[in-house]
Amino acid sequence: MSEKYLEIRNITKVFQTPEGGEVRALDDVTLDIASGEFFILLGPSGCGKTTLLRSIAGLEYPDSGEIILQGERIDDKPPYERPVNTVFQSYALFPHMTVGENIAFGLEMENVDKDEVAKRVSEALEQVQLAGYDKRMPSQLSGGQQQRVALARALAKKPKVLLLDEPLSALDLKLRRGMQVELKRLQRETGITFVFVTHDQEEAMSMGDRIAVFSEGKIVQLDTPVEVYRRPVNAYVADFIGETNLIQGTVVAGGISLPGGHVLPTDQLAADSVIPAAGEVTVAIRPEDLVLATNGLIGGIVTDVIFTGDSVRVHVKVGDVEVIAALASYGTEIPVQGSSITLNPEHRAARTVAS
Amino acid sequence: MTAVTSPPKKQAQRGRPGQSSPKLAYLPILFLAFAIGIPLLIIIVYSFLEKPSQGTGVKWVFTLENYKALFIQEKLDGTTVLDTRYIKVLWTSFYYSIITTVVTLVLAIPVAMWIATRDARKRNLLVALVTLPFWISILIRTYGMRQIIADEGPIGKFLGIFDISFSILYTPTATILGLIYVFLPFMILPIYASAERFDFRLAEAAYDLGAKRMTVVRRVILPSIRPGVISGIALVFIPALGSFLQSDMLGGGKTNMVANVIANNFGQARNWPFGSALAVLLIVLTLLFVLIMQGAAQKRGDKVELV
Repeated sequence: MSEKYLEIRNITKVFQTPEGGEVRALDDVTLDIASGEFFILLGPSGCGKTTLLRSIAGLEYPDSGEIILQGERIDDKPPYERPVNTVFQSYALFPHMTVGENIAFGLEMENVDKDEVAKRVSEALEQVQLAGYDKRMPSQLSGGQQQRVALARALAKKPKVLLLDEPLSALDLKLRRGMQVELKRLQRETGITFVFVTHDQEEAMSMGDRIAVFSEGKIVQLDTPVEVYRRPVNAYVADFIGETNLIQGTVVAGGISLPGGHVLPTDQLAADSVIPAAGEVTVAIRPEDLVLATNGLIGGIVTDVIFTGDSVRVHVKVGDVEVIAALASYGTEIPVQGSSITLNPEHRAARTVAS
Repeated sequence: MTAVTSPPKKQAQRGRPGQSSPKLAYLPILFLAFAIGIPLLIIIVYSFLEKPSQGTGVKWVFTLENYKALFIQEKLDGTTVLDTRYIKVLWTSFYYSIITTVVTLVLAIPVAMWIATRDARKRNLLVALVTLPFWISILIRTYGMRQIIADEGPIGKFLGIFDISFSILYTPTATILGLIYVFLPFMILPIYASAERFDFRLAEAAYDLGAKRMTVVRRVILPSIRPGVISGIALVFIPALGSFLQSDMLGGGKTNMVANVIANNFGQARNWPFGSALAVLLIVLTLLFVLIMQGAAQKRGDKVELV
């Protein structure tokens, strides 16, 4: 893995809204993607992740900044001169061409000779497990199959970077899970660098080697899924990636005073937590890190109990805030709605986050 | 089985919501049958009848002479020779119509694509502008055109400044110009209807796969707007074939199209049976063209219905 494979340097893109305003879709974004990496651009809709993907593809031209692939600038090249290909959210299969013709299209543009085209079309179809479908029309295929054809069409070009724009968002949950596994396998087998856009944090965590979390045109955090989940840099990331209880506390001597008056001692917090000298502070605790305790630090009235099989989700009203605890569904007595309980965070599982 | 469940008759008759009764279609169908079917029948019957020795109308005697006269001329001495006059007129009509169709097609595609890529509000305005000529009688528009392209008209005067002589009125060029002018909206509208439905993300996908601009147009955009192009060709070519106003007013009657000859036979020449035979021939040729177009459309699996 050479480190600097695809470099994004200070990319800024501003869109004019019809009302005359401006939207900074990308605000001075810089990042490096390594060769063979499964890289995720994650964020809510409108955060700029798709604009970045389209800028790499050449379907959007950034206002400033550089995009460098293997040491060569590509941001000023038209899309047809960039060795990258896209799997579109809408699949964008040509409806008047057969599956085979769709896949062959990109190869014909490179003037690949006929026998080679035929060979690579059937190879690509095999890769996505649609061997023998080349004579079908796209309209005769299911959504999942169309998605595979779109993937095969891009893969057949053997791109240096494969860009995927929320490719699984139109599929139902079960199909999506299956495709996630398959995409991961394809990426491993082909060794192609994948840049994958999604707003689904679960998808991002299960597939990505690294995740760039976007918010309002900026990268908020860039790290491995485990790190992003375990060490969110701020409340936004903590809340967006997985589920988190964000509890406002006040810094006091030896710890943080939580709603209800109990003090969470400093040595119970994650080691790298930054605690200001005084004032308000946000404490993030994952629901699965809370356990029932006698005389625990967080106490309140149970408002809801939801049994999900592998866990019991208990909603507790603590002062003005609602805290959710995901308790193990076995070995513990399930709290009753309306009862009063107290909870403790696991040792060093709670952390302070910048709001 | 003795128990018979009677079907809910009234409900079945009412049909599904939104489905109109076929009875509503009876009156328009009847009207069309009378307005198109009966005149057509009369024309066909007349084409097999003799011309009365004097006056207009027909003599109820069966003959094939009218059809023969389309191609063969009988000389005074009784010998027959091939008469190419009407074949030439038909050819002229086809020739003008083909040029009109090709030119309107070339002009319409970029216009339709351009309109289709505007935002929704501008699109509606632009479509309204394309249909604007329909608000004015074709006669007045053609008359207006005659003033513009006249030797002493604005174009002629302007070119006169540079000592360039401009004289196209009462020539085939003027006729074709008139046809293009009248039929252009009929080409733009169906192509626009297809282009509007075109998913421009497909063009992006083609670019992404390495296609250059012209390749995207040729291999992705044009095939997608095919149904509109085929409808447009039919909507321009068929009526152009039957046009007579342009050749009459702009061509100065010197460049006859087949409809001028037909009109003349029903008018001054007072030969209704022969005019009918020529009309039947035109209808047959038009029908043949429609069938070929439909065959071409069906082969590609496009959803175009012309007849």
